[in-house]
Parts: sequence; C-alpha cells; structure tokens
Amino acid sequence: MTLSIAVEISVNGSKRRSSVEPRTTLVDFLREHLGLTGTHVGCEHGVCGACSILLDGVPVRSCLMYAAQADGCAVTTIEGLSRADGTPGALQDAFCETHALQCGYCTPGMVIAAHALLEETCAPSEAEIRAALSGNLCRCTGYVQIIEAVQLAAARKKEDGIGS
Amino acid sequence: MGSVPDLLGLGAAFRYIGKKRRTKEDPRFVTGRGRYVADVALPGLKHVALLTSPHASALIKRLDTRKAQAMPGVHYVLTGEEFCAATDALAVGVDAPLVKRWSLARGCVRYAGEWVAAVVADSRALAEDAVEAIQIEYAPTDCVIDPEQALLPGAPLVHPEHGSNVLYRRKFVWGPMEEDFGRAQHRLELKLRWARSATVPIETFGVAAQWHPGTGLLDVWASIQMPKFPDQTARALRLPGNAVRVHFDLDVGGSYGVKRGIKHTVLVGYLAKKLGMPVRLIEDRLENMRGGDMHGPDRSFDVQAAFDADGTIRSLKIRALDDVGAYAGRSPLQLGKPVGAIVGPYRIGSVEYEPISVLTHKTAQEAVRGFGQSPTNYAIESAMDAVARYLGMDRIELRRRNLIRREQFPYMIPSGTTYDSGDYHTVLDKALAAADYPRLLQQRDAVRKAGRLAGIGISTCLEPSGGNSAFEPLFNPKNETTTWMDSCLVRVDLSGAITGVMNTSTSGQGHETLVATCIAEVLELDPAGIRVVHADSLTALPSNSPVGSRMAIMLGGAAAGAAKKIKAALMRIGAKNLDCRVEELEYHEGSVRRKSGGRALSWDQLVEIAHRKFHLLPEGVEPGLQAKFVWEVPTGGMLPTPDGRIQMYPCFSFETHIVLAEIDPATGQPRLLRYTCGHDCGTMINPDIVHGMTYGGIAHGIGAALYEKFAFSDNGQLASQTFMDYLMPSAMEVPPVKIVDHCTPSPLTEFGQKGSGEAGYLGAPAAIASAINDALAPLGAAVHELPMTAPAIWQKIQQAKRRSSCVESSPG
Repeated sequence: MTLSIAVEISVNGSKRRSSVEPRTTLVDFLREHLGLTGTHVGCEHGVCGACSILLDGVPVRSCLMYAAQADGCAVTTIEGLSRADGTPGALQDAFCETHALQCGYCTPGMVIAAHALLEETCAPSEAEIRAALSGNLCRCTGYVQIIEAVQLAAARKKEDGIGS
Repeated sequence: MGSVPDLLGLGAAFRYIGKKRRTKEDPRFVTGRGRYVADVALPGLKHVALLTSPHASALIKRLDTRKAQAMPGVHYVLTGEEFCAATDALAVGVDAPLVKRWSLARGCVRYAGEWVAAVVADSRALAEDAVEAIQIEYAPTDCVIDPEQALLPGAPLVHPEHGSNVLYRRKFVWGPMEEDFGRAQHRLELKLRWARSATVPIETFGVAAQWHPGTGLLDVWASIQMPKFPDQTARALRLPGNAVRVHFDLDVGGSYGVKRGIKHTVLVGYLAKKLGMPVRLIEDRLENMRGGDMHGPDRSFDVQAAFDADGTIRSLKIRALDDVGAYAGRSPLQLGKPVGAIVGPYRIGSVEYEPISVLTHKTAQEAVRGFGQSPTNYAIESAMDAVARYLGMDRIELRRRNLIRREQFPYMIPSGTTYDSGDYHTVLDKALAAADYPRLLQQRDAVRKAGRLAGIGISTCLEPSGGNSAFEPLFNPKNETTTWMDSCLVRVDLSGAITGVMNTSTSGQGHETLVATCIAEVLELDPAGIRVVHADSLTALPSNSPVGSRMAIMLGGAAAGAAKKIKAALMRIGAKNLDCRVEELEYHEGSVRRKSGGRALSWDQLVEIAHRKFHLLPEGVEPGLQAKFVWEVPTGGMLPTPDGRIQMYPCFSFETHIVLAEIDPATGQPRLLRYTCGHDCGTMINPDIVHGMTYGGIAHGIGAALYEKFAFSDNGQLASQTFMDYLMPSAMEVPPVKIVDHCTPSPLTEFGQKGSGEAGYLGAPAAIASAINDALAPLGAAVHELPMTAPAIWQKIQQAKRRSSCVESSPG
C-alpha cells in the first residue's frame, strides 16, 4: 500500500541513494535513514530552526521538506561542517571558545545559520548576525554568546585570510 | 564581609575555579554528536502516538479501538480502562489523595489535549494513522477556566471526589503584621497578573523503554530533569525500585524545570513491558504544548504594602492565587518556595502570605525555572515601584533604604529563613555605574522629548539556591522530607586517570565541567584530564537532580568532598611510606612530600601503592583509590514550626536589572534598548557557564514579560499551541546585555559558591514591567498584567488618550 520513491541526494559530499515514503520529511530521512542525528527536530512547523541544513548551500528547514523534494540536491548537515576526524571545524571551535551553547539542542541549526552567513559576508555587523540567526530559537543562551562566537569566527577568518 | 571557609588550605586563590575555561560538553554538541533521547537506537523500536481530548471537560461515552487495532503496523491500542487498573496513580505534591492522575484519562477528560488512548506501531506515522481510526464519543460537560471562578460555590468541580477546586490554601502570618499595618503612615493595594508561560525547551519531552523479561529489568532513556524520577516510575508501575534503570548519560535538550515526563514514562514503561518490545514516545510540538503538562505558574496577586513617608516598608500582605490546571504533581509547591524569600532582599518586619492553589480545566502545571519565585519577585518589585510612585520618591532610593545591609548578614526574615550573605547596595551601585545611569536618564528623556514613550526599569531580586524541598513538609504535614542530598563518586584508576561519577542527567548546565573543576581544584590537577560520567539509577549514589538552582552547591560540594577523601588517603599513604606523620607532609599537585624537604612520592607512585601494594598501605586505607561523598543541603534537617516558619534553601544569590525600554506610541510595540544586570552568586565555578545561564534567564524573562502566554479560550481551548502563536524571543528581541559580576561568598558552601541556574529570569520580568510602566507613567497609564504585549500596551495608551481628551473637553 505504501508507495516509495527513489531518491539520490548528495549528503556531506557523498551520494546517498534510498527509497522513501512520499511523506518522509527530509529531517526524518537524514536522521532515521542515514543515522545523521546531529540535525534535530524542534517544532516540525518551520519556526524554531533546529532542523536547519544547507540545501545547495542555502539554509533551509529540513522539517518543512520531503526527502523526495531533495532528490538531486546537495545537502550539508552539521556533521559535514566538522573536520574529517570529527573534531570541531573553525566556526564550531568559536562556539566552544565563547560557550555559545548550553544544552546543545539548537546548536547544529545555529551553526548552519552562522555558517551560511559567513559564507556570504566575511565581516558581518552585529545587526546582520542577529538577522541571520533570527530564524533559529535558543532557550538557553539569550543569544549573547552565540553572537560573540560568530564575531570571533569572522575575525579569525579575516586573520587567516590576511595571513595566507 | 563573609569569608570563604578555608577548608582546602587554598586561601582565596583558586587554581581552576573562576577561570576562563572551555567546557567539557561543548565539543560534542557543536559537532552534532550529542546523544538525546530521539537518537537512542534500539533494534525493533516501536513508536507511540496519542489520541487526545478536544474538550476541556467531557464524559467519554464510547471508545472503540478495534478498527485502529487492525491497522497495518499497529501492535497495540491502550486505553485508560486497562492502564488505570494496571498501574498506580502518580504522586501528588500536597495532601489531596483524591486528585488522581494517570497517563491516560478514564471515564472523563479534564482538559483539552489530555491523553485518552495510546497507539503503538512500527513507525510514528503508522501510529498516527491508527489514532485517526479510533472511534470515540464525548458528552461535553461544564468547564471552569478562570481560577477566581473556580473558587466560587457552584463552580464545576474538576475532581468531584476531592470535593472542591481548592488544592491548597493557608494563611500564614509571620511577625507583628497587624501592628505594623496599624502603625504605618500609608498603605496601598495592588492587583497583578502573571500569565501562564513556560520554558518551552526546543527539544520536546521524549522517553524510550525496554523490558528485559530474563532479568525483570526495565531500561529507561528519558529527557528528564526530575527528582525521585526512577522511584516514582517504579512505584506507578508496581515494580520494586531496583527493577527500573534510568540511563542518566543521555543529553537533555533543555529543561529549566519542565522536563518531568513522569506520565510519559509510566505509559511507555507499561507498554514496553506488556508488549515485550522497546517502545518510545517523542512528543510532537502540539502534544508538548497542549498535553505535555509543562505550563508554568498562572498566578494572580493581591498585594498590600504598609509604609512610612520616609519610604520604610513595614509590612506586606500577599494573596497569591495559582491556577495549576487539571492535575497536581509538584505544581502547588511552587507557591511554597517563595516563602523563603517572601520579603525579597528587603528589611520588612512582617508578612501575611495566603497561597491558594486551585484546579481548573486546563493543561496541568509543572515546575518552571525558579519554581514560582519569579512571579513573586515581580509582585514584590511592583509593590516597591508603586510605593515609590505614591510617595514621589526615586525608585532606586526607595530600594536603597529598604535593602538589607551587608553587615546585617546572616539575616533572618519573618518566615524563618536565614539569608546567608549578600552585599546588595554594592551590587546595585556597580550596576548603576555600568549602566551609566545618568546617561540612561538623559537617553530616556531625549526619547520622551521627541514625542515617543520611554521608560527605565529597575529590579532588585533574590535567587534562593541549593534546593532542599522544604516546601514539601510546609505544604503537606504528612510529608516529613528534611533531606535533599546529592553525591559524587571519584575514582582514580591504575593509570592514574581520574573519573568523577555524577548521579543524575544534565540539561545544559555544564555539570561535567562543574565536577571536573571542583575535583581539579582540590587535587591540584588539570581538569582537562578528568573524565566525568553519569551513573544510571541503579549504580547511582543518592541524588535529587538539578532542580532548585542547586548543583554548583550540592554536586560541586559533593565532588570536592569526595576529592578531599582521595587527598586524605594519599596523605596517609605518604605518611606510612615516608616514615612520618601526616602533619609533617604537604600535598602538591598530586604528589606528597615532606614539608622539610627531601623525600616525596609522586602521583604515579601513590596510585601504584593504592592499587597494587597492599603491603605498603596504611591500616584502614581501602585498596584501590576511590571515594564517595554524600551530603545534605547546608542548613537542612528542619521541619516547619507550627506557624509555618522554615529554612527554605540555604544560599541567596542577588541580582539587579536596569533596563531602558521604548514604546512605539502608534502600535504599543515595546523595544528594549539597553540592559544591565548586576549579579552576585558568590564564587563562580565557571564564569562562562554562569554568564550564559544569566543571559538565557534574561531572555526567558523577556519572553515572560512581553510575549509568552498559554492563552485559553473561554471553553478551554489552548489558543497559543504553536510557535506561531506562542511567541518566544529571537535574537532580534533580546538586546545586548551587560552583566556586572560581584562576589559575596556563601559561608555555607565549599568554595563560597551559590546557585545561578535561575539567574536573570528571577529579576528580568520585574524590571521590564517596571520600564514599561515608567514609559506609560507620563500618560497616567500602567499595565499590571504580564505579558505586556503590544496590543495590551496600545489599549492602555488609547484609554489614557481618551481620558485626557475628556478632561480637556470638559467644561470648566
């Protein structure tokens, strides 16, 4: 009775083929089918941003998409922003440095949103950072140390750019 | 000034405590490698979906599950009839044994969203499909939604067997209240309303359970923050306590009090055992908002203040009516905790306090950050502002005159609680300086001159910390709880590596960092090398979980206590092997040496002796190297006096908030322009963690003050049940916040630390309300109801305009 749809999605750089029910959301596909549990489910109606991923480089809510809609697309999850050995990447390290998290549940979505901003703007203003994070809710931090993390990551990126 | 007890021989200088250090937890979270309940993979896991009530109050006339039971992938459909017969009712926090609560309704429903039946299927989607196939008929009955109406004779009874909608009511009088009111030169009265809101963690509650018939053991993984959780789960399931194993090593995606899914866990535990399959229930957001039973205090206050012309507050009368919804776990006790700080940080000689806990046909209330203290702080601070306004006195000056002075500590308040230490005037002065208060006034007045509305808010509030649950015996004479211990086990293995074992779960407070830092401080070894793990409930030492702003005090103290035992054992090993008395030795960064110089034993040598060389161990020193420390909350052990005086919580952190707010006069939309918080929680173990919790508490307080409300319609439908209607502050609503630290150590704790888990939240709503009302004051308007939403403020502005135009147009 259940239909299934074949999908091929590039996830964190590797091609993943699978067959999914039409009603399988992209976040459930990532978590349940691929075991990529770093992407979290918060509200399932597109407000909290915990499930944010990059779809062809753009941050989107993976709870508002079906897996079938991502067929042929490139998805980057939080796992894809770490270094190859699984340790924190530069932006993630900045989150650790400023203690930009507590329970960690919104953190993957926050990192995705901040990553997308820093890809677009190398020296974002505080207002730009706030706007970029405004689609991601955090109940632990009051956002202060998250904004500091993004500022730190931007500054470090700039230093590295000058140094290289 | 208080001083740190020099138990460690370290003086005031700490090696690791109070220093900027990265946390142990953050790296796994930033890489998406936390392990939350929804990440627990159990082979053959089955999923629960729930049928919930659309009515606030109704009889269940017919419930037919046959069609649902026959759906593909469905394993079972459970109803209240079976469940309530097979399990025991959940615990009630006050003496109201007939207010019974189970996970599923039986016979009738008492709020919209209450669980009626549970489907277990191969996937959540299939379980939801089957829920839709359950056939049910209700006969709606009268409901009562307003708590004042619930008190009236003839009101529909939520639990008719209980005989009343009142769960708890008592009038306490502490000190010469009648005389003080009689003698005071002035009095005023104020009515206030604190709306039902909650911490609403981004992770909903979830639980997975697996029954092992071979061993008779139920494994539980739950996103839990709840005292006595394993015990209550076992009792309800009619199992011995040692048949339930709760895995505390699970990461919890935020809680701040509310993650108390006992009804979820008993349901899932029952299903897992009955079906012999691993079962999980992860709330979706709608289930969480309507039936997750995580709404916070819903309280109206009548406050009377008696005061003199010089601003001295002599006495307070506070009536607090709290709507706990349809069932009661520990929620009525949220009226009890404020007893321990009922006069705030002020020298007020007497108090009358009348807490009333009332049942209505709404979602059940649960513990929320501060356990009822933040609403009470809002009431006390609103009264302070009202007195200042009445007398035409500056609000800061009024507070300065009434704040307890630092030389008066330890200070006992009329309700019998002694505040440990504080320096409120200094913290206030530091915050005013950091806020550049004269400039803040200029900024406010400039906005006003430009024709807009602006106001400054101020609050000076307490955070009682080191939760001891003393409200249990206070509110329930049958309950004689006088200990609320916590513990830690420290092990040094043969390789010399240190492991700290904690005994509860963590929901973002950084306990692993806390334990490692405290052990490191005592043993003078780098915390980076110390691992901290969470025991499960069968291997755990006693713990009462991270509630009541207690873990820095209790877990930090337990970790230090265990580490000191390790250190003492090393010293004794050193004495035997260096042929001297312990007094002739000194401990230094893991090694033991003679004070006079010469021979020493390194950490590795000491560990080697402890683990392998019994012949070198002094008599009475256990082989291996491990120590446990279980301790009672400082000041604990006291039952209340007959007139209801008690030591509620041992330590008192202080915070002052100074806020500049602007209101758009055309829309009523408030905006916070500047925010300063002066904070004193004694010694900070990890400043980044303390600051983070304070920022987060302020954001939560901004939500409670301006945006967040579980609004119900007259017929009991929850109107704000999604994140489109229940509005939480984003990065756009939370302004830059400046925190100013001050340290008045507690004389009662290991390092002088106090609690900070509720910091920010306990003073922010009061200060923001103060700012909004200062902005409205030139219009002669005020809002005394939270949240102060844009429409609520706009209405007050319109009313004020109409009043002034009437005055202008009236003849003469």
